[in-house]
Amino acid sequence: MTPLQVIFIFVAAITLGAAVMVVTTKNLIHAALWLILSLFGIAVFFVILSAGFLAVAQVVIYIGAIAILMIFAIMLTRRIARDAGPQLNSGWIWAALVSAFLFGGLVWLMGNWEGFYRSLPELNPSLDPLNQLGQALVSPQGYIIPFEVASILLVAALIGAIMVAWDKQ
Amino acid sequence: MIPLAWFLIFSAALFSIGLFGVLARKNAVAILMGVELMLNSVNVNLVAFWRYLNPEWIAGQAFAVIVFAVAAAEVAVGLALIISVYRRRNTIVADDIDMLKF
Repeated sequence: MTPLQVIFIFVAAITLGAAVMVVTTKNLIHAALWLILSLFGIAVFFVILSAGFLAVAQVVIYIGAIAILMIFAIMLTRRIARDAGPQLNSGWIWAALVSAFLFGGLVWLMGNWEGFYRSLPELNPSLDPLNQLGQALVSPQGYIIPFEVASILLVAALIGAIMVAWDKQ
Repeated sequence: MIPLAWFLIFSAALFSIGLFGVLARKNAVAILMGVELMLNSVNVNLVAFWRYLNPEWIAGQAFAVIVFAVAAAEVAVGLALIISVYRRRNTIVADDIDMLKF
């Protein structure tokens, strides 16, 4: 077993354990903190996959913005008495069954694919993924139109969010 | 050397955990957290396929960046709706929010 494999198993165990805590823990603030740990684990995976930009963006966007926004929303809508009760609805056993079947089905489906055990190809040393990504996002031969559409979507959604949450009184 | 299978099994597990959160949680903010876990597992898959299948072609990472933007938009609108519902109904339990107008 190589050191990278040991790191992978360690980080995967932490990430999946934190994800299980996110969906099962009673205290929602704790759930948000477990979510942050889980998102950090995914940032480590991006580093392992040599996607450095995405690892930084994961920390800045997900942990710095989205998780903090969630904590704000929890604190704005929290009721101590209501939080004490069960946090799972009565059909949770069916939800667990559906999730387990989905996992089994996905693994079975991917196991039938011949590329499943493909090993890591060498990166071409003359191509820097960060440089490539930056050029692809702003060049007309690349992905500038999807990127601009995503930007407009984000602006529209944020303005819409302000309008929806505006307290008119 | 890590085979591609490990990443795919990991993200399938993360997706299933997120789906369980979406289906089983009562609180609307917790449901959004489940959606975040699912979106993240999709991102891991996209980047893993980029790295293992075609590292010369950056489409996987570009798509992951767009998924980031859409996830941020989704969470902003979702939380704004939840806060707005909480102001009017004083609850964010998904089972209690079953009327279009009140």
